[in-house]
Amino acid sequence: MNEREALERHPFAAGLSDPQISALLPCARRVRYRAGAVIFREGAAATSLYLIITGGVALEQHVPGKGDLALESLGPGDLLGLSWIFPGGHWLLTARATTDTDALELNARDVLQRMDLDPALGFALSKHLVAQLCQRLERVRLQRLDVYRAPK
Amino acid sequence: MNTAGPMTPRPVVVRNIHIESDDVVTLDLATESEAWSFQPGQFNMLYAFGVGEVPVSMSGDPSQTDRLVHTIRSVGAVTEALCRTPLGGVVGLRGPFGTPWPMDTVRGRDLVVVAGGLGLAPLRPVLYDVLRYRSDYGRISLLAGARTPEDLLFKREVERWKQQAAIDVHLSVDRAPAGWNGQVGVVTSLLSSIDISAQTVAFVCGPEVMMRFTVRELQRRRVPAERIYLSMERNMKCAVGFCGHCQLGPSFVCKDGPIFRYEQLKSLFWLPEI
Ligand SMILES: Cc1cc2nc3c(=O)[nH]c(=O)nc-3n(C[C@H](O)[C@H](O)[C@H](O)COP(=O)(O)OP(=O)(O)OC[C@H]3O[C@@H](n4cnc5c(N)ncnc54)[C@H](O)[C@@H]3O)c2cc1C
Ligand code: FES
Repeated sequence: MNEREALERHPFAAGLSDPQISALLPCARRVRYRAGAVIFREGAAATSLYLIITGGVALEQHVPGKGDLALESLGPGDLLGLSWIFPGGHWLLTARATTDTDALELNARDVLQRMDLDPALGFALSKHLVAQLCQRLERVRLQRLDVYRAPK
Repeated sequence: MNTAGPMTPRPVVVRNIHIESDDVVTLDLATESEAWSFQPGQFNMLYAFGVGEVPVSMSGDPSQTDRLVHTIRSVGAVTEALCRTPLGGVVGLRGPFGTPWPMDTVRGRDLVVVAGGLGLAPLRPVLYDVLRYRSDYGRISLLAGARTPEDLLFKREVERWKQQAAIDVHLSVDRAPAGWNGQVGVVTSLLSSIDISAQTVAFVCGPEVMMRFTVRELQRRRVPAERIYLSMERNMKCAVGFCGHCQLGPSFVCKDGPIFRYEQLKSLFWLPEI
């Protein structure tokens, strides 16, 4: 699968026209991480977004007194990284590959620029972003309910 | 064979105890000679003498007739007393009661088993049955969620199923230390990692909130209401449809359930305090 096919098949680019895919393609590069590798670290500048193709990624946070905690796992079809949406943002979490992971890394500044230049592309990507956010919010809500806790 | 009436507990001896986690144990119960039979999804009323009686699902292999296996979480007076029963101790037992998981409906089809927390216990007999008659079924996926990696039930066995690859096993926990290589997140998020065919049947058991989220996700994946089955829990007294204690709308969970087709529950499932 080449970069174009990988982008076309990823839910983040679902429904985009050929010219829109072509416009995004120069922002993307294929990246591979070995199991255990850190993809980005909490506190670092958020300059990319990642479209996971295969493998798995854990989002971790350092909690003083508790050590590093894994908060969420992402897998194929997921969008890794949200802090890039607002320029100047920093990663709030550390992302670590849990298995060998294949992804497309997109340069955030270039993507945002293209979204501004082509409002139809901007709207389409924003809809996918909102869909991802809603899905993740629903998961977090259920996680917060802590439904498996003993009723005592 | 049970010659006593359905309201009379029979004494059974604790033959084996397996500590699953801080507050969950699995007890093997048996008598000298009795042969037991049950269908996956059914439950017994277990009586801790002098304390009380509660419904507990069978969690063992339906083909093993020399014992009954129950996995119990200590949440209150009765379950705590049952969990503390020593090896060789005696408890009272009535059953089996209730409707089973519809194994016949699944034959020849794909099955997705979604278990949250202790919900894996009533589903384990399904997996034993499936493994025993593996060629009768299509693709089998087990999606199991727990609070932390330590709380995952039947760890060794689940790991073995994973290695054997006869079942497609996906595990997820709500929280974990960094370095845990499994999935972190709610069990419903695992549904996106499996294939769902036009013939897929889903069996779901866990806390009711988790089942609501799961049903929503299954429906999003186009599994129709008539192919989603849920195991419901309500407090019980008689377990044979006399007392009405376990009423759920027009049904009694003890005799019309605990396994229901989602289609039967649809109108009640989203109502609070039903
Ligand atoms: C059909 C059926 C099958 C069951 N299978 C199992 C099983 O395999 N293993 C197992 O450990 N338990 C199972 N249960 C639940 C078990 O019956 C209850 O945990 C038990 O009745 C609690 O009694 P108790 O006296 O220990 O606690 P109580 O003093 O009655 O309750 C203690 C606390 O637990 C809460 N509680 C009670 N029952 C439930 C429940 N069903 N779900 C969630 N919270 C509850 C109460 O609200 C209270 O906060 C099943 C229930 C049903 C109806
Ligand atoms: S427990 Fe008595 S009717 Fe169900």
